Amino acid sequence: MPREERCRILIVGAGPAGIAAACAAAETVDSVVVLDDNPAAGGQIWRGEENRWTARLRVCGARVSNQTRVIAMLDGGRVLAERDGEPLVFRYEKLIIATGARELFLPFPGWTLPGVTGVGGLQALVHGGLAIAGRRVVVAGSGPLLLAVAAHLRERGANILAIAEQASFRSLLRFGAQLWRTPAKIAQALELQWTLRGVLHLKEAWPIAAHGDGSLREVTLRTRAGARRFACDYLACGFGLVPNVELAALAGCELRDGFVGVDGWQQTTARDVLCAGEPTGIGGVDRSVVEGRIAGYVAAGRREKAERLFGERRRLHGFSAALARCFALREELRHLADDDTIVCRCEDVKLKSAFEHEGARAARLHGRCGMGACQGRICGPALRFMLGWAESSGRARPPLFPATMNTLAAVGEEESAHV
Amino acid sequence: MGDEITVTVNGTAVRVAVGTMAAAAVMSVGAVCRRSVMGETRAPLCGMGVCFECRATVDGVEHVRTCQVLCRQGMVITTDAA
Amino acid sequence: MSAAASDVVIVGAGIVGAACAWSLARAGVKSRVLECGVAGGGATGAGMGHLVLMDRPEAEFALTRYSRDLWSQLAPEIPPEGEFRQCGTIWVAANESQFEAARSKHAWYQERGLRSELLDGRALADAEPNLRVGLAGGLLVPDDAVTYAPWVTRWLLERSGAEVSLRARVSRVQRDAVVLADEERVACGVVVCAAGCAATELFPALPMRPRKGHLAITDRYPGFVHHQLAELGYLDSAHGSANESVAFNVQPRATGQVLLGSSRQFGDESVEIAWPTLSRMIRHATEFIPALARLAVTRVWTGFRAATDDGLPLIGPYGDAGNVILATGHEGLGITTALATGELVAAHILGHAPAIPAAPYLPSRTGARAHG
Repeated sequence: MPREERCRILIVGAGPAGIAAACAAAETVDSVVVLDDNPAAGGQIWRGEENRWTARLRVCGARVSNQTRVIAMLDGGRVLAERDGEPLVFRYEKLIIATGARELFLPFPGWTLPGVTGVGGLQALVHGGLAIAGRRVVVAGSGPLLLAVAAHLRERGANILAIAEQASFRSLLRFGAQLWRTPAKIAQALELQWTLRGVLHLKEAWPIAAHGDGSLREVTLRTRAGARRFACDYLACGFGLVPNVELAALAGCELRDGFVGVDGWQQTTARDVLCAGEPTGIGGVDRSVVEGRIAGYVAAGRREKAERLFGERRRLHGFSAALARCFALREELRHLADDDTIVCRCEDVKLKSAFEHEGARAARLHGRCGMGACQGRICGPALRFMLGWAESSGRARPPLFPATMNTLAAVGEEESAHV
Repeated sequence: MGDEITVTVNGTAVRVAVGTMAAAAVMSVGAVCRRSVMGETRAPLCGMGVCFECRATVDGVEHVRTCQVLCRQGMVITTDAA
Repeated sequence: MSAAASDVVIVGAGIVGAACAWSLARAGVKSRVLECGVAGGGATGAGMGHLVLMDRPEAEFALTRYSRDLWSQLAPEIPPEGEFRQCGTIWVAANESQFEAARSKHAWYQERGLRSELLDGRALADAEPNLRVGLAGGLLVPDDAVTYAPWVTRWLLERSGAEVSLRARVSRVQRDAVVLADEERVACGVVVCAAGCAATELFPALPMRPRKGHLAITDRYPGFVHHQLAELGYLDSAHGSANESVAFNVQPRATGQVLLGSSRQFGDESVEIAWPTLSRMIRHATEFIPALARLAVTRVWTGFRAATDDGLPLIGPYGDAGNVILATGHEGLGITTALATGELVAAHILGHAPAIPAAPYLPSRTGARAHG
């Protein structure tokens, strides 16, 4: 039986929401533990970054366990995790799920070539040491992330050949116009404009093919003025964000429209489980931070401190709504893949095979689509968007991530009947 | 800090800065991480540990997501596509 | 939906239902298959797909032998997606007394003209280097095979030309029709019930209970094991009616993934993982293959075997109305004995002599009577 660690508040995810929750909770509560898969705290957007929040986390008194993956929920308010191939069990009084989001990848011919990455994906790889100075990069897809990443890469010396946003100019104008609600974002936007001066910024544009022999050589973009080819080293392409709701689903939290349902106190429908940040609704760093703080205060029994943040959260929810409206994905993106385009990368299942089946469950059972290591995290959202497939059973299953036999076997010696 | 360490990718020694992920070390020598079921070459896609395209054998352990693992002095990385 | 009256309606598009449709089609009888979920989505999709010869009881031996031969005959036609591989089974003997049992089995097979090969400790280690040192040996049965049953199910259904209706849940069986959950009546002369555990929803008196099992599958480790491996003690586990048991059972998939089973328990009808059982299953298996402990598991799932009280399947006429043929209760041998079941069912329907005696599997043997 693995060592069981008890804590008052367990936080899964050390991105902005998890960090903010830990700092808030630790103001009052002694035993706060944060679990995160990455080597260091920061999640995606603060990967490799030092800021006042990451600094606060270090001194707030919370214990952070890095390289730690949550594998399953056990009964009795416990979580099974794995680190370095070894099992860990954490028993909590309150659980805060701050598992963030991942990018939505839409398949198109050539998207599996080395050199084609996500937008946040390329950013993460560069933070991890990938040399980008002097490399030619096309950034494509949808959302404010495109500009933020393009700017960041340019600052690191990348040659940004083009930014291709699928939304229309009108949508972007509307998005810009509503930023007055969140003045800090206006400043950010202007800064981005400055960093990206001179970079070709196409609207209503998207990739229709990536070309290369074993690795990326060239990208074809559909633009309003017709198809344009760009010889490049990297295509950073992502079409918005998908909330990581798997752990919440496993914990028994009700989902609404694919997001974790929470009340005003960031409480889910599962007992003693709260959720903050992208899993409750895509809304960027600021929303994640404020929701994390609220969740942390509520879990620590400090509702009066949480209440003071409600106004800010309301404003940021408005931002989320604008985000969803302005960057809604257009119909054409459902049809980028052709019959021979691989839609399930883990198992090399092509669109024409996936299409033969009646739904996600049949495609998985008969076609291996979604049966691979990523457990459908990449192909699932894409096929839902492209083919209108609903979630097959609505039931998340352990292990949430591949885990060793050793870890799975570690549970159970002291178990009585499961719940 | 400018500290550098040495790792091996498919038998080739590579000097990388401390704090470099194994995936970046692999990409720096022009290697790809894995071969798909049908033999296609694959390299990291998501950079955050969910796509599993960056899997390689690290210090004898197979299927390690190299985008989530920091290089350590003497780390031995072997890719599918070697 | 078409209102045409199929003479034969098959309830359940699992491997058994598909095999029935296939056998009937080859005899010139068209059938209609009604399935409430997806083809092969029940026990068929949860199982290991091991095509195995069982030596006892005698009736199980006859059925698995017949069916295994039918699978061998079908094998050359199964496309690659069916992942049919004649990898053979090695029954592992952990100690000397089990090795003696292996020796007797070997002699028993020889008497019956069935291929098997006794492996001593060294030969076993050569055949499967990942097995731990110190095992007494094993019995190789080279004609056993594995297959990916959900895909083969769909393939058999297509080949049979049967009309398959999905999302069609049968709620009642009448003398001359079945009635679906939406009250649609499907007229038919014969009803074949191949619904697995769900058969007791239609026929509550059936002496059958769901027997839960766990499986785990790993990422790809080509060459980790070469044969289906099972421990000789497996047979006690499967045939016993102990409430809960685990047995060592490992299979190499064509993909290089390693599939691990098996567990058995009554009384737990939840689809959730029972951690104590899963844990016991894994720990037991690592006693045979220590290196298993470090393999990355990508999925774990549960399934329910339709288990009869006497351990033999229910194949044949049932009830007073004279229109129902059961094809269920196969416990852990549904995939293995599907083809034989299909042939027996076709023989019952057409009034032909079956290739093996049908008596041991007749529902009437149990004394259970349907109501109405």
